[in-house]
Amino acid sequence: MRYLPHTPEDVASMLQAVGADSLEELFAGVPETCRRKDAWNLPEPLTEWELNAHMDRLAARVASSPYWKIYLGAGSYEHHIPAAVSYLLGRSEFSTAYTPYQPEISQGTLQGIYEYQTLTARLLGMDVANASMYDGASALAEALLMAFRITRKKKRVAVSRAVSPFYRRVVATYFAPTDYEVVELPLLADGTTDLSGLGAIQDLAAVAVQSPNFFGCLEDLEAAGRAIHETGAVFVACFSEPLAFGIVKSPGAQGADIVCGEGQSFGNPQSFGGPGLGMFATRQDHVRKMPGRLVGRTTDLEGRPGFVLTLSTREQHIRRAKATSNICSNQGLCAMTAAMYMASLGGTGIRELAQLNHDKAEYLKEGLLQAGFSAPLAAPTFNEFVLKAPAGFGQIWKRLQQEKIVAGLPLAPLYPEMEDHYLFCVTETKSRDDLDVLIREVSS
Amino acid sequence: MTASQGTTGLILNEPLLWERGKPGRTAFSLPRRDVERKALDPRHAGPGPDFPDLSEVEVIRHYTRLSQWNFGVDTGLYPLGSCTMKYNPKTNERQASLPGFAGAHPLLPDELCQGALELMAHLQELLAEVTGMDAVSLQPAAGAHGELTGMLIFAAHFRNKGEKRTKILIPDTAHGTNPASCALCGFRPVALKSNERGVVDPAVVQELMDEETAGIMVTNPNTLGLFEENIQEVAEIVHRNGGLVYCDGANMNAVMGIVNMKAIGVDVLHLNLHKTFSTPHGGGGPGAGPVCVTRQLEPFLPVPRVVQEGGAYRLSQDFPLSIGKVHAFHGNFGVLIKAYSYILSMGEDLKKVSQLAVLNANYIKERLKDVFHLPFDRPCMHECVFTDKKQQAHKVTTLDMAKRLMDYGFHPPTIYFPLVVHGAIMVEPTETETREDLDRFIEAMRAIAREAQEDPERVRQAPTKPKLRRLNEAEAARRPCLAG
Repeated sequence: MRYLPHTPEDVASMLQAVGADSLEELFAGVPETCRRKDAWNLPEPLTEWELNAHMDRLAARVASSPYWKIYLGAGSYEHHIPAAVSYLLGRSEFSTAYTPYQPEISQGTLQGIYEYQTLTARLLGMDVANASMYDGASALAEALLMAFRITRKKKRVAVSRAVSPFYRRVVATYFAPTDYEVVELPLLADGTTDLSGLGAIQDLAAVAVQSPNFFGCLEDLEAAGRAIHETGAVFVACFSEPLAFGIVKSPGAQGADIVCGEGQSFGNPQSFGGPGLGMFATRQDHVRKMPGRLVGRTTDLEGRPGFVLTLSTREQHIRRAKATSNICSNQGLCAMTAAMYMASLGGTGIRELAQLNHDKAEYLKEGLLQAGFSAPLAAPTFNEFVLKAPAGFGQIWKRLQQEKIVAGLPLAPLYPEMEDHYLFCVTETKSRDDLDVLIREVSS
Repeated sequence: MTASQGTTGLILNEPLLWERGKPGRTAFSLPRRDVERKALDPRHAGPGPDFPDLSEVEVIRHYTRLSQWNFGVDTGLYPLGSCTMKYNPKTNERQASLPGFAGAHPLLPDELCQGALELMAHLQELLAEVTGMDAVSLQPAAGAHGELTGMLIFAAHFRNKGEKRTKILIPDTAHGTNPASCALCGFRPVALKSNERGVVDPAVVQELMDEETAGIMVTNPNTLGLFEENIQEVAEIVHRNGGLVYCDGANMNAVMGIVNMKAIGVDVLHLNLHKTFSTPHGGGGPGAGPVCVTRQLEPFLPVPRVVQEGGAYRLSQDFPLSIGKVHAFHGNFGVLIKAYSYILSMGEDLKKVSQLAVLNANYIKERLKDVFHLPFDRPCMHECVFTDKKQQAHKVTTLDMAKRLMDYGFHPPTIYFPLVVHGAIMVEPTETETREDLDRFIEAMRAIAREAQEDPERVRQAPTKPKLRRLNEAEAARRPCLAG
């Protein structure tokens, strides 16, 4: 086997060096009663070429771009990934390194993550971003737990019904064995969050609002922030499409105390939903309450600038049961990828790309409205929007799969009150021709 | 023996990203604008982020230089204990980047993602076979996330039985994530002192295991590289008192094909696919931490789960006792592909993997134990733990020797862990290292032991060959500078 370098002579001489007669004898420390007696039923090893054929066969049985036109978003976005980004993240000096606990020989990862933290903080309008969490969902759960640490003794959080239902389910899972409680904030008719009931909720540690929200609607975060801060709660702003902040006001500029969300959009392939990138940022005052790794700037013995993992007294390997989180890793390579992507776009590029996403989504929205769809939610949107389909669209949605089109996400399974509502996402990967085909198909 | 591998090389300086570039440059091929511009609602419009504008060449050179400051498994021996830094096969990367996988949307209708679902179902079966457990969830995104999932399953199990249990026993050799994961689920960790053989003492478990204790979290083999030889007796005590046994499978690389985890009494086990199953560590992630359980606990696994019906796969939410979701979608699928690819490449040779991993560790232990103090002098599993006891006389510490190893061209071992060993040096070579590379590492360690006696200042001043010398970590924490 090509990953196992030992020749029979190596094994024999090494066994001799350790004073064992056989490989089996090396396991003398495992009591006889603990030894596996059952034969295991594992397949014969595949050659590299057999493996390629097997994986090609599996991968061919998944609908994906460019053969398919998929208008799904809802937390996972199809964006072009520059070859330069894929090439750079394939550098095995980055991918085959461990956590940079030994800074002298990990400066590449460390400076790269420091730059990621900086670009993320700038994007979100915050002071400090961490080195990342698992995904948008766990980032939200951790943000709410952090809010309990900030406010102390409070036991309740309020989360908008327009926050991704997948994120809310993860929060519910994290909270299940605790005595923390989640209150759901209802929707207004325009698809944004109704915050009018906040004052009546006691003991509130945090309020979480997503923008663009699950329906693609932009929330008035500034007004939300005022209402939330009046209750004394921490304002958690969440997102699943960070590209929006190319043209949409940042959550930090609108008063958010913690900003968290999913960063997959930035150069990471969709990969059936993971690995994602939990982006997480806050204000300077709250840094020591923050979960996750942080890279900080310092100097070496000769005064040269360099980077290290820092403030680790918050973390599990030092604080154990009293840590700010149990998280040990970050999504290191995904964070590096996001930084490479942000660097590739640049300030000019991200504005133009975000604008293009917005404009293409508006084009499809307009076309579908003319084709008989209606727009039940009036709030402005970025690159996703909800439309109510005309009667009989369910059949067309099915039929379009034969044309290799997935025409939006049916919302009824997630929001029972939204019968015949579909969530459409349009990114720069769809040409006007693609959009025209879809509009024509649903019109016929 | 050839000369030391460590040299200074040609290492170039590289400024921060935003110290490069010029407004108006880009490294992105902007897609054609084929629709009209429509202004965003002005109430929501913002100025966009303050990012530097760089050309593609600038981006490429920036990150290429950064990469050259990093040490990875592809650079050389990386004997980091408990991290299993084995070779990351390149074919795994090829498979994960197939367009059908990399471009798959997680909310595709079941009939449009059969290949992805089949892969997950098959990987679950293979992991069950390797561990001996009955059922598997691939959703947890990392080892600590797997621990959290396991503790949530503990909590759900006792809630379902109407029992209130508040404590978990955790040996003093455990990873820090263990108590932190417990605490997150409202359990109070109770420290178990290891006995003089470095393993859990059944008598201590017997004493502490009561009706308020949910069970035990044990790492097996443990972080001293020793098999928890009393595990069956411990499991029996825990089970007799109505508790459950959690096994942190971080060190599974030592016992594949050797130990059936269910047969020794484990109820819940997490695996680190980025350790045992060869997926790259990525400078800190992404990993994957699948959770394996017995039939009894299967109803509590996270949803959605892949089920097979009449030759087709579908995702089912229909498990009323499930703890719910721990990840927005299906876990780190891109990592799962790589582990699957590895398991199919190795097949039944996975047993050979464990045998050779244990051989390599014992070889290092035997060849170094005359110069470094070995607190537990008996056959080890996949890693061995030395200390700096012999070098203390010369005022040379574990940290100094770890830093000095860099000058010799090796990544240091894990140091000062486990906490129960003072000045621990924890070496895990893994099975993918050749005997020649092990010999070079051994020679380097022996040379450092000599230097500690003859020229201790040289060791204390190390490293001198990497791009930077020792960094001021205290300063970094005192005045945090976390963004530029």
